[in-house]
Amino acid sequence: MLSEGSSFMKGIALGGTFCLLLSLLGSFTPGMQSSPEDHHNHHHIKAPTKDELQSLSDTQMVELSQRVRVYCVIMVQPSVLVYWFTAKDTWGKHCDHAVFYSSESAKVLEAVDLNEQDEWAKLRKALKHAYDNAGDLRWFFMARSTTFAIIENLKYLVLAKDPNEPFYIGHAMKSGELEYVEYQSGIVLSYEALKRLVNVFKDEEKCPERGRALWKLSEEKQLAICLKYTGVFAENGEDTRGKGLFNSKSVGSLIQDSMDKKTLDVVEGCCSDLAITFSGMSPNQMQVMMFGVYRLRPYGHNFHDSLIFLPPEGSDND
Amino acid sequence: MKALGSRCAFLIGFLVGTCTLYVFLRQVWFERTFSTRSRLDGLEKTAAQLRELEEDSKNWKKERSALFNLNHPHHKGEDSHMADELYKKVRILCWVMTGPNNLQKKARHVKNTWSRHCNVVVFMSSVDDPDFPTVGLGTKEGRDQLYWKTIRAFHYALENHGDEADWFLKADDDTYVVVDNLRWVLANHTPEEPIYFGRRFKPYTKQGYMSGGAGYVLSKEALKRFVEGFKTKVCTHTTHVEDLAMGQCMEKVGVVAGDARDTVLRETFHPFVPEQHLTSKFPKSFWYWSYCYYPISEGPNCCSDLSVSFHYVDASLMYLLEYYTYHLRAFGYRYRYRPPAPLGYKNEVWDRSEGGHSYSEEQPAIQRGPLARVESPSRTDRKQEVMPPAAAEEKDLPAAAHDDKQ
Repeated sequence: MLSEGSSFMKGIALGGTFCLLLSLLGSFTPGMQSSPEDHHNHHHIKAPTKDELQSLSDTQMVELSQRVRVYCVIMVQPSVLVYWFTAKDTWGKHCDHAVFYSSESAKVLEAVDLNEQDEWAKLRKALKHAYDNAGDLRWFFMARSTTFAIIENLKYLVLAKDPNEPFYIGHAMKSGELEYVEYQSGIVLSYEALKRLVNVFKDEEKCPERGRALWKLSEEKQLAICLKYTGVFAENGEDTRGKGLFNSKSVGSLIQDSMDKKTLDVVEGCCSDLAITFSGMSPNQMQVMMFGVYRLRPYGHNFHDSLIFLPPEGSDND
Repeated sequence: MKALGSRCAFLIGFLVGTCTLYVFLRQVWFERTFSTRSRLDGLEKTAAQLRELEEDSKNWKKERSALFNLNHPHHKGEDSHMADELYKKVRILCWVMTGPNNLQKKARHVKNTWSRHCNVVVFMSSVDDPDFPTVGLGTKEGRDQLYWKTIRAFHYALENHGDEADWFLKADDDTYVVVDNLRWVLANHTPEEPIYFGRRFKPYTKQGYMSGGAGYVLSKEALKRFVEGFKTKVCTHTTHVEDLAMGQCMEKVGVVAGDARDTVLRETFHPFVPEQHLTSKFPKSFWYWSYCYYPISEGPNCCSDLSVSFHYVDASLMYLLEYYTYHLRAFGYRYRYRPPAPLGYKNEVWDRSEGGHSYSEEQPAIQRGPLARVESPSRTDRKQEVMPPAAAEEKDLPAAAHDDKQ
């Protein structure tokens, strides 16, 4: 009994020392939240600086302007028609080609009927359809109709990138080892990335149509996995100062967050000047954003951007 | 058996030891970082306050209860030569109607946002506050004091800052003003003209009067006549409905109610928030329909690209409007409305001799949309669209119905 007791005590002492040693050696922080610095291990795509653009010749600029045209894949739900209408009436007009994809057909709704309820299956069908109907468009932007996108700023981000290279851009998130682009804030794919994706769709092993039977991964993660097999990795879209361009929250809540953080300059601490997406805004708020982005401005301030985008035909809110 | 027993005991002891120490360490570490964090938070807060004061002193010179602008905001990479020229030539004193209870709730956000674009800012309150700073007008607070405050505020502005500005803007602490656009509206006039601008309402007066909430701006001559009018008792405190009383006085002293609409006849001063003007369908029985001097447009045509003001703007909307106006934009977008430069100002031509970059005569690369075409500049100049007249309703509305001030 005594020997067992002493063995027990020795065990405790050794266990404690072992634990201490481990923590000192392995920089183990028990139960700490991972710092935001962890997220910087992924890839970034930064928008071109003014100097970079000015170094290009005029003919190069013309070529780039022809190349950077966007096919918008906009997912709608017939249950919330107002978002389809709003996307069509607001930001959709600034896509070179905007196509709406719906889970089912509905009267009045002008969309491609995917005849599918499963999110992953919808995503696959929509992207396949987009690839087949791309024409000479080389960039693809996929978003739900509840997201608002400023397409001109998307074009600016990918302006100097070659769509014959694989690009998979948006707000990059990390789940374990998998890096994926958040669906809610919009997904950008270059032509090459989409081509590889459509190809791997045929492989039931790597990219099964009905998802993995045992556990259901979200469609955004499934997309990342399939792309990973083809050698395409998620990249975070940022402006020249490193601020994220893709937002999954509404502009109102981002401003409120900045106010709550008591940042010195609330607006600077909020969002990029050349932000591409916001999500979770009401249709009315989207109309206000149209006014704020495409019309309201202070007289006498000019940017002289190296590329000009003309307003769409027959529109009055931009 | 004994050896096995003691080995088991040792193993169990080992596990117990590891777990206990783990829990212990977690607590200690957690507490330590928590306490350092909270200490850091406290330090960060005072550091933040110091930084704020430092920023303030860089942007403003506080003198005689007024804030003189030292550093009106500029963006990196923007060409603001036109805005800078107008800033020098069209000097605006902004006075903001506020009160001691609203300094932290409302006036502070005005100070952080649009007032930084004025040449001089004065916050008018019933009570002196040397820190904010606010001017104490010696009145009480409340709706019935509004015209008293206005009278005294304008008198104060002329007496103390008459030589430091050409135009004098009155705004509420829930009004958002795009001061650069106000300069564009005013640049075609001179401060010697007896004129004032705002959102023109038509009832109760011959030439109309300007909505108080949407803000209004007096030329120096108009201000002089206002003050003179009180000296000679031509103008008196007739009613507490500040905007109407102001309009009646202006009419008496021969100050013209100006038309602040842009060159395609869209309104610039707005009595409500953008969302209401852009998306609401005001019911036909709403007072607004019968008050507006000019025909009302609903939808996108309600509001000029160069809008000057919005009213009923809360704190977060202040920052949002600042973001929309001065920050968020669409790269390379060619605006549909191309406002003409004010008379006597150089047309917006980029001076290629500046900056050391040489640019070709041709325009930068243009991307045309599927059916887009380039708009010729002449079509946006001086377009005179005839708007259908709004239905005039004969409703006997009480004068104070539309004002919702504190």
